[in-house]
Amino acid sequence: MMPTASRTLLSAAACALLPVMGLAQSWSDQPVDPAKHEGEFDAAYDDDGIYYNAEDIVTYNVQDDGTVDWPTFSGFRRYHAECHVCHGPDGEGSTYAPKIKNSAVHMGYYDFYDVVVNGRKNGNSVMPHFGDNPNVMCYLNDIYVYLAARGMDAVPRGRPSKKEPKSDLVREMEDACMG
Amino acid sequence: MKKLSLFTSGLALCIATSAFANDDLIKQMNDPAQWAIQTGDYENQRYSDLDQINKDNVDDLQVAWTFSTGVLRGHEGSPLVVGDTMYVHTPFPNIVYALDLADEGKIKWRYEPKQDPDVIPVMCCDTVNRGVAYADGKIFLHQADTKVVALDSDTGEVLWEAINGDPSKGETNTATVLPVKDKVIVGISGGEFGVRGHVTAYNMETGEQEWRAYSMGPDSDILMDPENTTHLGKPVGPDSGINTWEGDQWMIGGGTTWGWYAVDMEENLVYYGTGNPSTWNPAQRPGDNRWSMTIMARDIDTGMAKWVYQMTPHDEWDYDGVNEMILTDQEIDGEMRKLLTHFDRNGLGYTLDRVSGELLVAEKFDPVVNWTTGVDMDPESDTYGRPAVVAEYSTEYNGEDVNSTGICPAALGSKDQQPAAYSPRTETFYVPTNHVCMDYEPFRVAYTAGQPYVGATLAMYPAPDSHGGMGNFIAWDNIKGEIKWSIPEQFSVWSGALATAGDVVFYGTLEGYLKAIDANTGDELYKFKTPSGIIGNVMTYERDGKQYVAVLSGVGGWAGIGLAAGLTNPNDGLGAVGGYAALSDYTALGGQLTVFALPD
Repeated sequence: MMPTASRTLLSAAACALLPVMGLAQSWSDQPVDPAKHEGEFDAAYDDDGIYYNAEDIVTYNVQDDGTVDWPTFSGFRRYHAECHVCHGPDGEGSTYAPKIKNSAVHMGYYDFYDVVVNGRKNGNSVMPHFGDNPNVMCYLNDIYVYLAARGMDAVPRGRPSKKEPKSDLVREMEDACMG
Repeated sequence: MKKLSLFTSGLALCIATSAFANDDLIKQMNDPAQWAIQTGDYENQRYSDLDQINKDNVDDLQVAWTFSTGVLRGHEGSPLVVGDTMYVHTPFPNIVYALDLADEGKIKWRYEPKQDPDVIPVMCCDTVNRGVAYADGKIFLHQADTKVVALDSDTGEVLWEAINGDPSKGETNTATVLPVKDKVIVGISGGEFGVRGHVTAYNMETGEQEWRAYSMGPDSDILMDPENTTHLGKPVGPDSGINTWEGDQWMIGGGTTWGWYAVDMEENLVYYGTGNPSTWNPAQRPGDNRWSMTIMARDIDTGMAKWVYQMTPHDEWDYDGVNEMILTDQEIDGEMRKLLTHFDRNGLGYTLDRVSGELLVAEKFDPVVNWTTGVDMDPESDTYGRPAVVAEYSTEYNGEDVNSTGICPAALGSKDQQPAAYSPRTETFYVPTNHVCMDYEPFRVAYTAGQPYVGATLAMYPAPDSHGGMGNFIAWDNIKGEIKWSIPEQFSVWSGALATAGDVVFYGTLEGYLKAIDANTGDELYKFKTPSGIIGNVMTYERDGKQYVAVLSGVGGWAGIGLAAGLTNPNDGLGAVGGYAALSDYTALGGQLTVFALPD
């Protein structure tokens, strides 16, 4: 069927049981030093246009000529529909919400996923839960890889100018998820 | 000027004959020593008769006193001054302070509502609140979570509460309320969450709901009479709130009502505008999507619509129609007319006859506006009153999953809620504007109650081939439909203007400056940098023979999102990134009232 999709859902279910650890607000605005994360986001293999690192976690893939993988482009689009009204253009933060491009790198995939699904509160600073929003959940991997790419400075601000085409697998997963 | 005062006394006379609870408010509004309503008056002119501070001495202005609100998010709206008391509000958690002006601003009382912080992320674009209202010894607060509270203006005691909406469905509030006659008229926010917009009248004494008018839906919901409610002079006909929608889309149709409200007591009408239709993906909602993007004129007592005008049928750019309606009485072709002037997000400045709803003027108030070539002004035409849309900038024509580039203005509009001012002395409108363009790519979205329902991605940048800044402060002639002069600003001007009989116009900037300019020439006469960026509205009052000017600082709102890190133009290619000013290089969060006066 769709091995990749079910793997992701399983991971999400597992991570929802984990306690939310050390998600101090101050993490969010700490800059990322890409050198300290060298290799973490390197693509080890791909499954019909979806890239994974050596630990089987989704990641971005930017070619020498700047062409980005489809999920990174898709993440750019969905981020700027669902998230940027708080976290600002290109994940750069606003007057009241953190630079989420850095959060994606610091938190890593599982914590990031958990906070988007379940939300969190710190006084009057509130991240909503998006667990029941298909416009976010069906594209959460995309949003994550896009923001990780921004945090690692692997893609510049703005709309990616060149992208890989949407693959059959991506199309299939999207249709199944969005209904 | 003479004609205006004639009209005003006529109005006072007319009111005196009807014993309504808000006789008190009208009396307070007519006293220029006070600032009794957010909009300055029912006409939304934001004009004060005070002239102690004038164009010749305003450069001597000094800070008289300051007050920290204790809250660090976007501060829109302004304080009120009624009697000896100044009422200062804050963004979420929506604290209200009553400051005793007779006792050096000592806090007489404060009110802090308990609200579930879960409402915060349901508010699109920061937790702003555009201020409290006063009438009949009561202060009215419309909280973020849509609870409307009436407080005793002397003690802060809660007199009644009403629940206007459901935040779990994305219904929230950012606006002030309008006290008029025996009612408090209240709007709703949530256009980005698929809320169906409505306006509701509550009884001023009891808080009981008296009428509610939705922006779309069956005639009984939208309070329109198919025969007697008119659109550009013609009856709207039956089911006008449904028959320009496909299927049930109207049920999540947007058209929220978070702007400013105006009143003509003589006509017994309340005026306001409705917001964008949901979603931002026009392909998912074929049709004109009535009555989103519409100027409404409704009967104060019954809510029944007398006339409507839809400015942007089938919106494709998020050009909400909620901006203020400014009511004036001016001469056109030798005839005195009762006018309504409105600066829309879509970049067009409209002048209408506010009695009949006849469209008189529709012209661009920023020359870069390019999505339309103009409005059809021929009453005989099939497309009378409609803007002609340029295909290149039509996100509907270009379709889903296509990035339409170079559209001016951007979604935040040539002007957003930041209210303009009008001086009857110069017959000029003073308009804070945005000078920002965008790329807009719509795509399919699914609706989930209480979740964002947007369906478009967009990139914004300063208007190309212009002065490089993101705003202008303009002087507008509403009869000719022309800009008289324009002051370029580095950032969008997100502060409400104030015009005075001293021929001075005041406004704030996002860097935090309070600026005073000459009402005739636009020459800058004074500026002072307050502690944080200004998105509040300038007000004035007089106490013990001394005129004061006050404004809230506290950067945030839509402006604090897009401009915090600076904008980039994706069409400039690599290397241009960071080429535009970042607001974070000029100011930081704050929440402060600064009050100015001339030296003793």
